[in-house]
Amino acid sequence: MIDRRKFLKKAIWFIPAAGLFRHFVKEGHAKPATEGYDPANHLYGMGIDIDKCIGCGRCVEACKTENNVPKEPFFTRTWVERYTIKKDNSVEVENIESRNGKVGDRSTESDVLRSFFVPKLCNQCEHPPCVQVCPVGATFSTEDGVVLVDSKRCIGCRYCIQACPYGARYLHPETRTADKCTFCYHRIVKGLLPACVEVCPTQARIFGDLKSMASRLVRFKRTKRIHVLKAHLNTEPKVYYGNLDGEVR
Amino acid sequence: MNRELIERLAEHLNEVTGFIYPNEVEIHWSILVVVYPYITGLVAGAFILASLVQVFNVKEVQPTYRLALLTALAFLIIAPLPLLLHLGHPFRSYEIFLTPQLKSAMAMFGFVYLWYLMAVLLLELWFEYRKDLVVWSNEAIFPMNWIYRTLSFFSTDISERAVAFDHKAIKIITLIGIPSAFLLHGYVGFIFGSVKANPWWSSVLMPLVFLMSAIVSGIALVVFLYMVITPLRGEGVDMRCLDRITSFLFYAVIVDFTLEGLDFIHRLYQSEESIKILSRLVTDKLFISLWVIQIFLGMLVPLGIMIAVKSLRFNAELRRLFYFASVILIQLGIFATRWNVVIGGQLFSKSFRGLTTYKMEVVGIEGLIAALGLLIAPFIILAVFLKIFPASETAEAKEAVSS
Repeated sequence: MIDRRKFLKKAIWFIPAAGLFRHFVKEGHAKPATEGYDPANHLYGMGIDIDKCIGCGRCVEACKTENNVPKEPFFTRTWVERYTIKKDNSVEVENIESRNGKVGDRSTESDVLRSFFVPKLCNQCEHPPCVQVCPVGATFSTEDGVVLVDSKRCIGCRYCIQACPYGARYLHPETRTADKCTFCYHRIVKGLLPACVEVCPTQARIFGDLKSMASRLVRFKRTKRIHVLKAHLNTEPKVYYGNLDGEVR
Repeated sequence: MNRELIERLAEHLNEVTGFIYPNEVEIHWSILVVVYPYITGLVAGAFILASLVQVFNVKEVQPTYRLALLTALAFLIIAPLPLLLHLGHPFRSYEIFLTPQLKSAMAMFGFVYLWYLMAVLLLELWFEYRKDLVVWSNEAIFPMNWIYRTLSFFSTDISERAVAFDHKAIKIITLIGIPSAFLLHGYVGFIFGSVKANPWWSSVLMPLVFLMSAIVSGIALVVFLYMVITPLRGEGVDMRCLDRITSFLFYAVIVDFTLEGLDFIHRLYQSEESIKILSRLVTDKLFISLWVIQIFLGMLVPLGIMIAVKSLRFNAELRRLFYFASVILIQLGIFATRWNVVIGGQLFSKSFRGLTTYKMEVVGIEGLIAALGLLIAPFIILAVFLKIFPASETAEAKEAVSS
């Protein structure tokens, strides 16, 4: 016989206990990404060689195709900015993707001091503000250093989009969940390169494993002057820019 | 694919001035997220007003005590709805309760909300109304007598000792309730203030500014309701009560104004990297909503009116008129405050190189009509509450005031 007091007491315990149980069931179902792959042995990052980017926009196209990103210019996992700094020190920035990749050469215009392209993507921060703010833990950092979104868990509150200082996230109009660059996680765990890196004709994007001293990325970090975006926010990005201009934000 | 969304975003793209990141074309937190802090602010403010009676023994304010509590409850019931409607997956919202990510400020929403609803507001209302519920359950006819009986949880004891216990309980709950009300709205401020990626939001003063503006809006709302409802009941407005509340309101507006001024001066003086784009934001995109509505109409004019009322000797009728005009202007101003924070914070690019525009939908879930519906709903709920639980002064309270 259970009396009212006992019932209420049990009910108080039941709610958090059910939540915890559910959590463990979910965790229990998690499977390793690929057989024989141990995330503990890797830490991924990307280098961007500013001097090599020609602004062709193929990386953007490849990413959209590979990852089912909507074709419209206002949803993207990666994009390429062009900076044009004039002789009067004014700065013009434009998004290459929004112009369908067709941009004229500006470096020959007489009032231009310098011009260059800057590919952008999720910085896979070591201290990601997006992960901190997610109310349900749908966005998380993997052991091998990539920030992912579980689209089956995401409730679509968009707090992570607000918290990202780099504008790297968007709400996918089909799934109604947050979406962002994953370094093509489904490819890299199989030893393949991210789609954007694979198609880059000038090797301006350098993908690699920071834990392997032999990786191209580690060599890139050794030989270039490296900057990260918005370093003052202490997010510790793992996308490293070689010869980055001070105007880039 | 959502055609309508794509078309709207394509239109937005044409409105962009300067450079914004491509993903910033879509404004993610819409009018509904403006309504949410506005409503929770009203809840916290109305409760603080109610606690003036209980904790600080401000007897003149007694006539608004029950009204303030019921107002707080009516608005609190609606408070989570704008958030829920705004989610991409509303049916997954329970995840926040079941598997909260404890480092997230937003994950605390459910707990703060439930604590405030269950442990503070409902409990205080129950003790406040318990004696009346018992009396009404004996007087009313079916089915109301059963409703009252059930709501009183079948308690029957209205002895002096029991009522004294009710009063003591209310005191204790209010003591817990004040920090809880601060938590409820200070926390909403923290959600914005802790986003360091956004210089318009990121400020330690944000929770305090939210809190003070909440108190201002909550008091103004209760004054408005009191002035509308009392004549409808065929009773006279208690001018001592009104003078006292508006006096509190006056000081609350001054503190609110000072805090916002401090925030503004601090930003200007520090003049960080974002200062150029923020000054373009406030002089261009937010000119009407910030300078004209929030500061001039919502603060300076009501302050001027209240100073005039305090220093000149107006008769009761004129004072009522001025008070009424002030509280409506203040309401407008605080709504503009929420707008300027939530929408304003999304109108500039995090590249600090460009501005975008927010075009409100009219009919969609995140549109104007939905927002208006959510703003009107609490008043309907309040009307039902007032019908079931009359808030007019009890004989006991009248005695207390006269003594």
